[in-house]
Amino acid sequence: MPTVMTAIPANNYRIASGLSLVAIASFLFAFVQPPLYRAFCEWTGIYDVQKADEFRGSLIAGRPITMEFDANTHGTGLRFTALQTSMAMHTGELVQVNFRVENLTNSTVTGQAVPSYGPKHAANFVKKLDCFCFRQQVFAPGEVRVMPVVFALDRNLPEDIGTVTLSYTFFEVPGGIGSNSGNSVGTNAPAATGSTATGSGI
Amino acid sequence: MQASHDTHDHAHGDHGDHAHHGRAPGLMGWFMTTNHKDIGTMYLWFSFVMFLVGGAMSLVIRGELFSPGLQFVSPEFYNQMLTLHALIMVFGAIMPAFVGFANWMIPMMIGAPDMAFARMNNWSFWLLPPAAILLTGSLLVPGGAAGTGWTLYPPLSVQMGIGMDMAIFAVHILGMSSIMGSINIITTILNMRAPGMTLMRMPMFCWTWLVTAFLLIASMPILAGAVTMLLTDRHFGTSFFNAAGGGDPVLFQHIFWFFGHPEVYIIALPAFGVVSHVIPAFSRKHLFGYTSMVYAIAAIGLISFFVWAHHMYVTGIPLTGQLYFMYATLLIAVPTGVKVFNWITTMWRGELTFETPMLFALGFLFLFTVGGLTGLVLAITAVDIQLQDTYYVVAHFHYVMVAGALFSAYAGAYFWLPKWTGRMYDEALGKVHFWTSIVFFNVAFFPQHFLGLAGMPRRIPDYATQFTDFNMVSSIGAFGFGFSQLIFLWVVLKNIKGGEVALAKPWDGATGLEWTLPSPAPYHTFEDPPVVTEEHLAAAH
Ligand code: HEM
Ligand SMILES: [Cu+2]
Repeated sequence: MPTVMTAIPANNYRIASGLSLVAIASFLFAFVQPPLYRAFCEWTGIYDVQKADEFRGSLIAGRPITMEFDANTHGTGLRFTALQTSMAMHTGELVQVNFRVENLTNSTVTGQAVPSYGPKHAANFVKKLDCFCFRQQVFAPGEVRVMPVVFALDRNLPEDIGTVTLSYTFFEVPGGIGSNSGNSVGTNAPAATGSTATGSGI
Repeated sequence: MQASHDTHDHAHGDHGDHAHHGRAPGLMGWFMTTNHKDIGTMYLWFSFVMFLVGGAMSLVIRGELFSPGLQFVSPEFYNQMLTLHALIMVFGAIMPAFVGFANWMIPMMIGAPDMAFARMNNWSFWLLPPAAILLTGSLLVPGGAAGTGWTLYPPLSVQMGIGMDMAIFAVHILGMSSIMGSINIITTILNMRAPGMTLMRMPMFCWTWLVTAFLLIASMPILAGAVTMLLTDRHFGTSFFNAAGGGDPVLFQHIFWFFGHPEVYIIALPAFGVVSHVIPAFSRKHLFGYTSMVYAIAAIGLISFFVWAHHMYVTGIPLTGQLYFMYATLLIAVPTGVKVFNWITTMWRGELTFETPMLFALGFLFLFTVGGLTGLVLAITAVDIQLQDTYYVVAHFHYVMVAGALFSAYAGAYFWLPKWTGRMYDEALGKVHFWTSIVFFNVAFFPQHFLGLAGMPRRIPDYATQFTDFNMVSSIGAFGFGFSQLIFLWVVLKNIKGGEVALAKPWDGATGLEWTLPSPAPYHTFEDPPVVTEEHLAAAH
């Protein structure tokens, strides 16, 4: 042995090989974690790694509601319709509905949709994740477009409400998005600003 | 090839008579040496160089954070600095420093001629430079170094470039080195003690290393396993942690911290050991409560495997899990408290003097306790939900790792320098080093508690303007601290060049076999086992 003076006692090798076994065992221990972890989570029901996709189902725990959709325009050259006029859903359920807009004129139209609710106090319980009404929309001459609203009804929706109507009205925005005239929705459609405020928090 | 083979044989051939003269001349001598003192010296120098490299990186970080906005570096580079700083400091500076102490001191403390496996000892050391080159070199490859933070969490670590692979290999190599070193230390301690040096008479530093080495052997391979799985996720299409393939990134956190928490005690225990020598020596008393110290070390080592998820309170683990990990973590404070009280009691009515080693040991005692206290705050799950990933955590672990482990390493270095070089260091300079370090340390890290409480996230290169003042203070402290460390380099170089000749036992209160040897310690010591008498023992009384 090239080491210093004394030969290494055999006993040293016994200890060293025992310790090496411990090191190898703990290396392997790391690799049995993925299956063990999965089994543990499923066994304790902490969460089901396999069934993550069904999570959404648990949201649909609320009570059944009828939802109605309505579409109007106010002084624009747009034809605006709800592609689905009513649907059955549950509070807490995330749904998407689509509206269709057609520009009947030969010029570009900038519009802003403003929601209103029936009954009025349902407004605070319609939670929108995405909506074409969040911003102004610009339609090229003759353009046809389908636009979504993604929303859920709050589970705290008062018990006396069994049907909620969501109604949109499109107003034209003179000057459009690009213009800085300050002449946007606010001045043109004062009524609309009011109801936007009601529906906000959406 | 032939030539190097010759040198090799040559070194072997005349080892018998060569042994008494020292190592072969030149660089090759260092490369081939199997002497525990040579290897200890190399570990210590390596760790100091790495400390300066990692320190320079931390100054890049603190420079950037001096004011809000992006000043000097891009966010990507900032992340790389942050990651490398931590990996280099933990695996390249603090751990090798204590392995260096172990190599130098354990054989001399237990009356053994060398480490049990001297050739393997040489390999353990020489694995470190390649790992260091891989880590620092990864800054130069396309995409730069790993930028995940030292915790290497997926999904980021599954996505990064080749720098990540280099970090993974570096971790593998460092792990190999630690495991070999640990096998060596355990075997040496169990099998090579001089007659009369029973386990329960063994100096405390040896005890802390015995437990640390077991922790290393049990936990390092788990980290190696985790990064190996990362590697196969990255390149071989497995999905251990890759959510897209059905893996679970949170599982990585479990495995990482199952290694990671024992790792923090791998750093802390040898530091406890050093302090357990320095405080009695400068109090001129025996260590109070030797037996309880041994049991406390063993208890800390054991419990440290069962508290890992206190790093994961916000990952969505169930409430019962959070409560279990909270109570288990609070439990660790009990043996830690036993140690702190024993050190304080050791000083009680002692004849205290305050040479540099003692100053650093006291600095350790005060500031490590601060860090332990903030650890308890973080252990409370309801509080940690607010504080997790804020600067409060950064303050916590710098108190335990810098003012704790690093200060303890300095205490040990000043304490044993006379034994290593045969000369006394410059006491005045040592004291300047201590006072600048402790003042700047607190200037740098104490405000980070406030930043964390106010909600400043960690690991960001830019921050909201209300955090500016404390960050400026912290950066000034960090630069002051960084430059103060050069004083230590100056002390050591001056000490190697010259200085007052040291006695065999330069500290009148010190006890232990190592002080029966002349200073500097001869190249070979205890070739014939010494007779261990009661008065040699540092620990028992
Ligand atoms: C009484 C003893 C201790 C307790 C109760 C404790 C508790 C904790 C807790 C709960 C955290 C997680 C904080 C978070 O991420 O929100 C933490 C983080 C940390 N602790 Fe400790 N700790 C203690 C001692 C130590 C020691 C001795 C060290 C090292 C020498 C250490 C090093 C660290 C590190 C490095 C982190 C941060 C890890 C990271 O996220 O990067 N701790 N500690
Ligand atoms: Cu921990």
